[in-house]
Amino acid sequence: MSETQTDRTLSSFTKHLRQTEISLPTNLITTSLNELNGKSFPTTRSEAWKYTRLTKLSKLSPTLAALHDGVNSTPFAIHSTGNRIVIENGAIHLNATRFETVSGLTIKRFSECSAEELQHIGSLLTLENEPFNALNTAYLQEGIFIQIADKAQIDSPIELIHLLTQMECSATIRLLVHVGKFAKAELTIGTWAAGAEKSILNAVTEIHVGEGAHFTLQKLQSEEEGNFQICTEEIIQDKDSVFTMHTVTLNGTLVRNNVRVRVNGTNCETNLYGAYLLKGNQHTDNHTVIDHMMPHCNSNELYKGVIDEQATAVFNGKVFVRKDAQKINAFQSNGNVLMTDTAAVNSKPELEIYADDVKCSHGSTTGQLDEEAVFYLQSRGISERSARNLLVEAFIGEVLDKNHNQDFAAKTNAILNERFGWER
Amino acid sequence: MITIKNLHASIDGKEILKGLNLEVPAGQVHAIMGPNGAGKSTLASVLAGREDYEVTEGSVDFDGVDLLELSTEDRAREGMFLAFQYPVEIPGVSNVNFLRTALNEIREYRGQEAISAKDFMAMVREKSAIVELDPKLASRAVNEGFSGGEKKRNEIFQMAMLDPKLAILDETDSGLDIDALRIVASGVNKLRSEKNATIVITHYQRLLDYIIPDVVHVLYNGRIVKSGPKELALELEEKGYDWIKAEQEEK
Ligand SMILES: Nc1ncnc2c1ncn2[C@@H]1O[C@H](COP(=O)(O)OP(=O)(O)OP(=O)(O)O)[C@@H](O)[C@H]1O
Ligand SMILES: [Mg+2]
Repeated sequence: MSETQTDRTLSSFTKHLRQTEISLPTNLITTSLNELNGKSFPTTRSEAWKYTRLTKLSKLSPTLAALHDGVNSTPFAIHSTGNRIVIENGAIHLNATRFETVSGLTIKRFSECSAEELQHIGSLLTLENEPFNALNTAYLQEGIFIQIADKAQIDSPIELIHLLTQMECSATIRLLVHVGKFAKAELTIGTWAAGAEKSILNAVTEIHVGEGAHFTLQKLQSEEEGNFQICTEEIIQDKDSVFTMHTVTLNGTLVRNNVRVRVNGTNCETNLYGAYLLKGNQHTDNHTVIDHMMPHCNSNELYKGVIDEQATAVFNGKVFVRKDAQKINAFQSNGNVLMTDTAAVNSKPELEIYADDVKCSHGSTTGQLDEEAVFYLQSRGISERSARNLLVEAFIGEVLDKNHNQDFAAKTNAILNERFGWER
Repeated sequence: MITIKNLHASIDGKEILKGLNLEVPAGQVHAIMGPNGAGKSTLASVLAGREDYEVTEGSVDFDGVDLLELSTEDRAREGMFLAFQYPVEIPGVSNVNFLRTALNEIREYRGQEAISAKDFMAMVREKSAIVELDPKLASRAVNEGFSGGEKKRNEIFQMAMLDPKLAILDETDSGLDIDALRIVASGVNKLRSEKNATIVITHYQRLLDYIIPDVVHVLYNGRIVKSGPKELALELEEKGYDWIKAEQEEK
């Protein structure tokens, strides 16, 4: 087939997909279908996709795949206990899923939810000119609703496993999380692929962090190379709340993360941490927005990457401080180490400040490993390979160590050991 | 311990070592003095295996092995140690962690078993006491935020941990106050034995009051041009290097 523009229309991408059967508000579906109708995937001419080519993805016409009974999801689990929801190729895998009764915690499929529980769905999500959000609405396959009751402290793990197991299939999933006032919880999401290729995960997560609540989202992205994932997280924080997110990307041909946090209350804390360790022909693109709408808040953002072989990365971090959002402390930093001449990164930290009494800093560094340090370590009897590993680990360790969850660290380290031969 | 014959080395096409000869037997301390830019640090770097330098001629026998054939790490594993003139700071890499990796890689090379965590920590305590290095510094990131004196003490601490056959101390005394100098020197003396050798590179005779050398060499213009007993250091300090330069020009 020749590479004409029509090959890349969204309608050719959706031709084997089925419109959602989930009862979402009809206006959202209509808007989404209108957004998709006759349009194409964004090109590098659009600002948001300037350094991430969707060419390969746009040539796909993925199908809806059935569950694959032969695949065991247990090896992908990060936690051995607690609630575990397994979503395979976009469909909930009830046999592999484990619902456990935990006081203060509700986990339901959208199909089991009342209209009231789903009333805020899509309220944080932009559909206009956001084809992946529109796809995630009009072609939604499965939705999971998680509610943490007011004042509840959930200590047992809540884990969602996204697993792709078929060739050229599409998995479209929405997650709606409501964290009640003064509640505390952690959510783990792992994205994996086993025996899949040219498959795409489109996952949207909407999170409402209530007043005084503490919520942590930790994501481990390790799809086999050859697959795609577009993840969008929309978060809104009420006053006095703390939201922390860890995004660790270790594999996948194209990984795009869109994170937007609306800090819509005073005295909030927002922490965004990201680590990406790429090799081969991987490409990872982290787009983040922290929108300070109210005064007296702190935000910390630290993303670090190690880019080897021909891999490429993008970091685009925006911090907005609105006009009346005084007394904001916002810190943002992105650091990259390029291990080869062919590895590349485009890093763009941005601050947009409309208030006058704020403390903000941002910075971006890209470089190679310090060869003096490599020599110093070698001169003490350490092999060149271990010396480089020690330095890379020290570099990326700064951000990995921000996460104190031991299960998450153990899984991350196991993959790093397998893929890069590290022992942490 | 080490026999260097007719060593020529250059960097970026510029010859720095121009036929250097030096022999240091086991059990001895040799001092190397010489004006700035003479090639003292270059000699240390070439012996440690820094790849920026190209050895164009000569040989180095290190206790029976052909040193120039070995990688930097294998030289260290054979027992070569360089205390750097300017130790690098390595943020995020803890001193003890990296030393444990180093020690175990050296032991593996020599066919020995890895050291246990308990024995290792006991060793850290014992060896850091030799240079009066605060054990807290031992576990911090390598040299990060260390004062000049602490960096130099950390070099000798590492030397104590790795127990080399040949230690080359490149201006370990510069920048040290008299107390620190005494501590570093006594550390070096405690590590001296009949089985190892030390090369001390320095500009100052005062170090040699504490670490008494068997031989003092003058390195000038890429060669050892004069060798003598420890009194030579005093003479150099009094008269400077002009008379050496004059002597060389006459030849
Ligand atoms: N990359 C380089 N290219 C060219 N010349 C170099 C390079 N690096 C070092 N040199 C030169 O090599 C010579 C020897 O330097 P070296 O550091 O060995 O001297 P040194 O005897 O240790 O001096 P000091 O007493 O100041 O420490 C100097 O003239 C220096 O300028
Ligand atoms: Mg020097």
